[in-house]
Amino acid sequence: MSSLQVELVAADRKVWEGEADMVQARTIEGELGILPGHTPLLGVLVEGDVRISTGGSTNVATIDNGFLSVDRDKVIIVAEAVDASQIG
Amino acid sequence: MGAQTRVYRQRIRAVNSTKKITRAMELIAASRVVKAQQRVRESSPYARALTRAVSAVATFSNVDHPLTTEKDDVKRAAVLVISSDRGLAGAYSSSVIRESEKLIGELREQGKEVVPYLVGRKAVSYYKFRKREYAQEWTGFTDQPTFEIAREIGETLVARFVQPEDEGGVDEVHVVFTRFVNMVTQEPDVIRMLPLEVVEGEEAPEPDDVLPLYEFEPSAEQVLDALLPKYVSARIFNCLLQAAASELASRQRAMKSATDNAEELVKKYTRLANQARQAEITQEISEIVGGASALADAS
Repeated sequence: MSSLQVELVAADRKVWEGEADMVQARTIEGELGILPGHTPLLGVLVEGDVRISTGGSTNVATIDNGFLSVDRDKVIIVAEAVDASQIG
Repeated sequence: MGAQTRVYRQRIRAVNSTKKITRAMELIAASRVVKAQQRVRESSPYARALTRAVSAVATFSNVDHPLTTEKDDVKRAAVLVISSDRGLAGAYSSSVIRESEKLIGELREQGKEVVPYLVGRKAVSYYKFRKREYAQEWTGFTDQPTFEIAREIGETLVARFVQPEDEGGVDEVHVVFTRFVNMVTQEPDVIRMLPLEVVEGEEAPEPDDVLPLYEFEPSAEQVLDALLPKYVSARIFNCLLQAAASELASRQRAMKSATDNAEELVKKYTRLANQARQAEITQEISEIVGGASALADAS
């Protein structure tokens, strides 16, 4: 199975970039999970955690409101402020 | 030591200490401008992602958003002037203020009422000194702007733009700032921020890089609603960062020429001091010789 190219971008820097198997985020309408092969999507995110799962491990970043775009297995998560202290 | 040489020596000391200060300021500005440029670069992934998302929504949905709609009858226009907090940066502040005056003049000629918003103490003191009205000011950060401030400015301007006209809302928002071209060139520039012209020419998509048919969550209108104010803030942030880099670059240049001038002055005064000392010595010798020969003649 192919994997996702994930970019986590804050207003003043690129926080994280890499491959992942799954991305979970919280949109206005509720929790959203993205797997490889997802249709192109633009979603508005609310304050909460973004989980980026790679292999067995999961990276968690806390964001304030932002948005997320999925396009051909490329996921871009954009937020004004990102607390990435838990990203290794 | 004669009075004249003492004055020259004093001047040399004074110029030397000024030179030390300007040299230090030059070095500080030089190291900060590199950081400021880096911050401009670091903010670009965010701006790029936003631009792409906004143009995706605008391309694939026929949504008319208040922020993108041109008004037929423009009565009032807001102008955001981005200047610096501190001086000693050459013509930086005055050229951006001059550009804003030009724009305001043009807007007035078109029969629009102008509402100024000011960034930086230099612009504020320019307006206060002339006892002119302005809507709001933001000061104290111009060499290191943060995104929070950009967002605050963006929200203020968007709120004013959305307000109905008869309640004091504006129909246009212009931004005057200094574009950072490179280390030697910084140009004052005007952009019209609102109403937004969607699909900016800055990041033209590649021909084969067709934007996909997006699904919107929750809906195209709501996505646009959330994105456009962010887009405005991101563009204002970019203007602030470029202005900061320009401020530091022109300060570095101004301080470099001040240091060079100080060196020139020291050289000139040293020559004059030497000349004065030489003249003094010559005078003393001729006095001694004159005195000796007078004694010889008397005896």
